Amino acid sequence: MIKTGAQILWECLEQQGVTTVFGYPGGAILPAYDALKTSNIHHVLVRHEQGATHMADGYARASGRVGVAVATSGPGATNMVTGIATAMLDSSPIVCITGQVGSKLIGSDAFQETDITGVTLPITKHNYLVTHASQVAETISEAFYVASSGRPGPVLVDITKDAQQSTCEFDGRPITPHLPGYRPELAPTQAEYKEALELIHKAKRPVILAGHGIILSNAMQEVRDFAERNNIPVGLTLLGLGAFPASHPLSMGMMGMHGEAWLNTTIQEADLLIALGMRFDDRVTGNLKTYAPNAKKIHVEIDRAEINKNVKVDVALVGDLRAVLRELMPHVKSQDRHEWLSYIERLKGDSAVRDIQNLPDNGHLYAAHVINDLWRETLGSDTVIVTDVGQHQMWEAQYFKHEHPRTLITSGGLGTMGFAVPAAIGVKAARPEAEVWAIVGDGGFQMTMCELATMVQENLKVNIAIINNGYLGMVRQWQEFFYDRNYEATPLLSPNFVKLADAFGIRSVAVTQRSQVVPTVEMTRKHPGPVLIDFQVEQEDSVYPMVAAGAALHEMIRRPNPLEETAADA
Amino acid sequence: MLNTFVVYVENKPGVLTRVASLFRRRAFNIDSLTVGRTEKPEVSRMTIVVDADRDQAARVEANLYKLVEVLFVENITGKTAISRDLAMIKVAATHEARSHVLELANVFRARVVDVAPESLTIEITGGEDKIDGLLEVLRPYGVLEMVRTGIVAMRRGPKSAESNITVPAGTPAVEPTAPDDNVSYSV
Repeated sequence: MIKTGAQILWECLEQQGVTTVFGYPGGAILPAYDALKTSNIHHVLVRHEQGATHMADGYARASGRVGVAVATSGPGATNMVTGIATAMLDSSPIVCITGQVGSKLIGSDAFQETDITGVTLPITKHNYLVTHASQVAETISEAFYVASSGRPGPVLVDITKDAQQSTCEFDGRPITPHLPGYRPELAPTQAEYKEALELIHKAKRPVILAGHGIILSNAMQEVRDFAERNNIPVGLTLLGLGAFPASHPLSMGMMGMHGEAWLNTTIQEADLLIALGMRFDDRVTGNLKTYAPNAKKIHVEIDRAEINKNVKVDVALVGDLRAVLRELMPHVKSQDRHEWLSYIERLKGDSAVRDIQNLPDNGHLYAAHVINDLWRETLGSDTVIVTDVGQHQMWEAQYFKHEHPRTLITSGGLGTMGFAVPAAIGVKAARPEAEVWAIVGDGGFQMTMCELATMVQENLKVNIAIINNGYLGMVRQWQEFFYDRNYEATPLLSPNFVKLADAFGIRSVAVTQRSQVVPTVEMTRKHPGPVLIDFQVEQEDSVYPMVAAGAALHEMIRRPNPLEETAADA
Repeated sequence: MLNTFVVYVENKPGVLTRVASLFRRRAFNIDSLTVGRTEKPEVSRMTIVVDADRDQAARVEANLYKLVEVLFVENITGKTAISRDLAMIKVAATHEARSHVLELANVFRARVVDVAPESLTIEITGGEDKIDGLLEVLRPYGVLEMVRTGIVAMRRGPKSAESNITVPAGTPAVEPTAPDDNVSYSV
């Protein structure tokens, strides 16, 4: 049948299983929007194209399916850049579709023309410029395949206006992508497996470093079996949280800059690191020169360009994590490791007292209290937490214990403020049955709060907990620690969030006392629509422990003695 | 040290930009990059010379493979290979100097491709050292203009790199420099 490029586009998206897209119309994408009426796909109208990309990203991370964002040419496309880079750094499979000026006008600086394939070249896994209807079907099939296979990532498809309008024969048959140079998966050699096994069996003080790749590869059970069989403690990266149950006796929580002190110490004293689907980001290694100095390293990773990038490893197993662990498991011996585990248990006892439970009970509301109470209240329910970036993000990682994968959605690699509210909308669209909370600072919230209108228009119940401390808190903390408390440009005036939410038709309440936290959370969960809670917390609280940028992983700034801190408060 | 990569890519618009962007983005230093057609119209071939240590070179290769349109990468550093650079050198050659310049060109097996009353243009093909050598001896006469193509390279022997345009074996571990069995003789 003869169809337009626009019709083919929606049909191909349906073939890929797309049910929801997040977008914003405009001149160069109008033919596609015109053809939307022939499709069953639900279009969510966002308030800013950055929001569309974060929603697609949240959708992808919550569901494991590819998220789709749509925008027009020029400013519509450039507004997507931050969201695309966010998805790139966190290996999130999204496909962004942008309109482009007519192919004859390309290069003429036409109205709303931007070379978006050029702009996004270094921040996409791959991108395409489509100039005729006959290329649409093939390109969409390739785009989804590239976005979701191997190490996932964002793919941008820029479609000229005439490509949307022109016609070609389209029989509706799915197209198998033809990409002769693309090899998403490799497999280790038997010799490499053998080397890895030898290191594992010889090690006296091994630690597993568990990352996002476990969730992407759906290897939770395999990792658990492996850790249990060989009795290896498991530390998690920020994006790995949920990949291994927090309540498991071998779980050691989060590593790195604001990680658990005992885990950072354990990593430094280990004789073997087994990195599973993580990339030795500078936030988890601290100073590379002093990182785990006595440890051999095994790196299981799907992207071979990550091998020896930051940390030189002894054995690299390049391949899909789940497949690699399945190959490895039959040869892994059961080991006791009593000495090592009981040593770690002692470290744990010390740190827990100093950093986790030692918040002064002085009547002030602390973010940690809020998050810990929220965790207790939602325990056992199907809850997804979406966080923004900054102090509240780290407190969430420390005080909310994640048992299941895809229950924490956060911008790790790029650290994109403004991520939480739109991403939470995407999460709720992907998993309507789940309870979704956006935890967000007063700074990040104001970056994308326009999406509250999207939430209301779409009738999505997303609960928003603003951790409001009147500062750009993490920056303030750095100023406190490293810039002589020169709080330049960090005090933050905010609108009355309760009134603001009211203007959007969202129920809202401000909380200033710890005693109000639980009742407010209860009320929020019962309320059928979205609720925004303005938690007005202690203003100058800091995240502890902290490994300063460039410091060794074990050189942590610890929470000061509570008595001293109380004195400083007064 | 300088590493020479032979890279087969799909002959599509924008591929050169992707490769160049990768080197810029990952802060790898390109010494020279040439690109041209191959015997297959849908495939182009690049020779890229990069200043990198062994680990970096392994990562250059791995990163090149991440580009969807890259078909095959081979680091031919330390393997027996022919590498050629082409230069055109316009040298000042007055009446008195002309015969000296011609003699030097002869010694280097270079060809004169243009003659003008005050200058000669010499074309030379060869390894980089040979071209550097000719340049050195011509410099006293006055080099007016010079252009070099950058290196193109090919492994010696009967094996075709083309036959490797399939799935690459295994992992990024740095290969030990094994003795090269792919032998042929210089002519």
